[in-house]
Amino acid sequence: MFWNKEMETLRGRDLEELQLKRLKWTISQAEKVPFFKNKLRAEGLSADSIHTPDDVRKLPFTYKTDLRESYPFGFFAVPRRDIVRIHTTSGTTGKPTVVGYTRHDLAAWADLIARNLTMVGLTPEDTFQNAVNYGLFTGGLGFHYGAELMGMMVIPSATGNTKRQIEMINDFGVTSIHCTPGYALHITEVVEQMGTSLPSLRVGVFGAEAWSETMRQELESRLSIRAYDSYGMSEMFGPGVAFECTEQNGLHIWEDCFLSEIIDPKTGETLGPGEKGELVITSLSKEAMPLLRYRTGDITMILEDDCPCGRGRRIARIMGRSDDMLVIRGINVFPSQIEHVLLGIHEVGDQYMVYVDRKNHLDEMTIEVEMNRQTFSGELDGLVGLQTMISRKLHDALSLRTTVRLVEPGSLPRFEGKAKRVVDRRGDL
Amino acid sequence: MQGEYIINQISIFSENKPGRLAAIAEALEKSHVNIYAFSIAEANSFGVVRALVDKPDDARSVLEKLGFAVQFTDVIAVRMKDQPGGLHEVAQILGDAGINIEYAYAYSGKEAAVLILRVSQAGEAISKIQAAGGSLLRESDLG
Repeated sequence: MFWNKEMETLRGRDLEELQLKRLKWTISQAEKVPFFKNKLRAEGLSADSIHTPDDVRKLPFTYKTDLRESYPFGFFAVPRRDIVRIHTTSGTTGKPTVVGYTRHDLAAWADLIARNLTMVGLTPEDTFQNAVNYGLFTGGLGFHYGAELMGMMVIPSATGNTKRQIEMINDFGVTSIHCTPGYALHITEVVEQMGTSLPSLRVGVFGAEAWSETMRQELESRLSIRAYDSYGMSEMFGPGVAFECTEQNGLHIWEDCFLSEIIDPKTGETLGPGEKGELVITSLSKEAMPLLRYRTGDITMILEDDCPCGRGRRIARIMGRSDDMLVIRGINVFPSQIEHVLLGIHEVGDQYMVYVDRKNHLDEMTIEVEMNRQTFSGELDGLVGLQTMISRKLHDALSLRTTVRLVEPGSLPRFEGKAKRVVDRRGDL
Repeated sequence: MQGEYIINQISIFSENKPGRLAAIAEALEKSHVNIYAFSIAEANSFGVVRALVDKPDDARSVLEKLGFAVQFTDVIAVRMKDQPGGLHEVAQILGDAGINIEYAYAYSGKEAAVLILRVSQAGEAISKIQAAGGSLLRESDLG
């Protein structure tokens, strides 16, 4: 089943022509942003420098840090009056990255989500429970409007109260659910504890954090569903950039909207199909915030063979990150954000370690920080208060609950070369 | 006058994991520091080891050399009869004097049992305890 068959199956010359036209348009659109205007001018580049979609390689990269430095609206290519919504995503220090949408952008995004949901066999007959955060996180409203557009009955259940979520699935005859894979496994466990089942549910759409094939098998067998991987990032609308079809063998990246490359993250050199590297995306239809060769940081590869479903280019499921970004319960966390908070608290030293574990299928982050001998009062109360204060400040900065442990001065490892302050102990499940 | 009854307790930050107390005790042994009394206060993952010792300055410097975070804390020490009712008698005095205790621990010394108290206003507590008939120890009286 197709939502937008023409675009979903566009191949060869037709696709190249469309991509070329849209790439040239994107460059002119990007020139309305001082950041791009200066960069392109410095290298003597313009839309006229582009003759084939592959010429995108001539363009300079755009990094997440560039977006952060233009906080809040520096990357908007349209006047404020044309922006109808913003979302935010966590940045590397303190400030988030703001992404903006025109009315046309929102429609394009909803179209992509509708393609994805149709691709996995959902129809207007289905009932869709959207069990993700509905705030500034793109996963909530993004899926909501896409699912509405394709005509499903949408239950904006958001997160929390797992028993109530389960009740809704059964009472409303929910056939498909969208949430993080970690939360899906938590729901599974609660279902089993309650001694109930979810007979109406048949499709799970899981994203916002990396998950393994083992986890897929676990979810599929315990919930009796088909589980599909959803990929995206706020900088490229949000979820919906690439999505699995019923073959469950790689994610189709929508080539009419995104020009994708795989590069060697160290050299920036373009890699061929089957070669593992960093995914770089150039938007082809974004009005409010066009992005040229955006470094996603995600490690994957382009799959070589054609997919029997008839759609175009596929990327492998995300294999890791080229930077140190962590995804904790669907929220992006950079160790530098943690460092930023800790350095602002003079009662603790500047050495810290971050441990990530998965307990009851939910990500838990523990931060060990050395207490500062100079400010040690000798009393326990002060230390307990300090620990609480650090947790609160981290929560403010990361929107995540963390466990903070004060440790003895000098007890944490010192690094001579590149510091390895993050220990991710999450296994496959 | 009251100052002579204020005693330096040594407070040591310690993670709550095996071997930490042994490390502290070994350091004190090696520098020939005698411990009169000690207690451990703990929160989730860490605690504070509190001790009264014969050479607080030596103890502090050897522990700091090992990397421990160490602080002196003012406490006061009250004599108790080492017999049934000894604690009651002293506790009554504290209660009558309206002294609020942040924490306390005790040891049984050669001459008498001793109750060590951490109070918010040490000077005021000393006067009140004396007025109520309690007997306080100087640092040199410990042991």
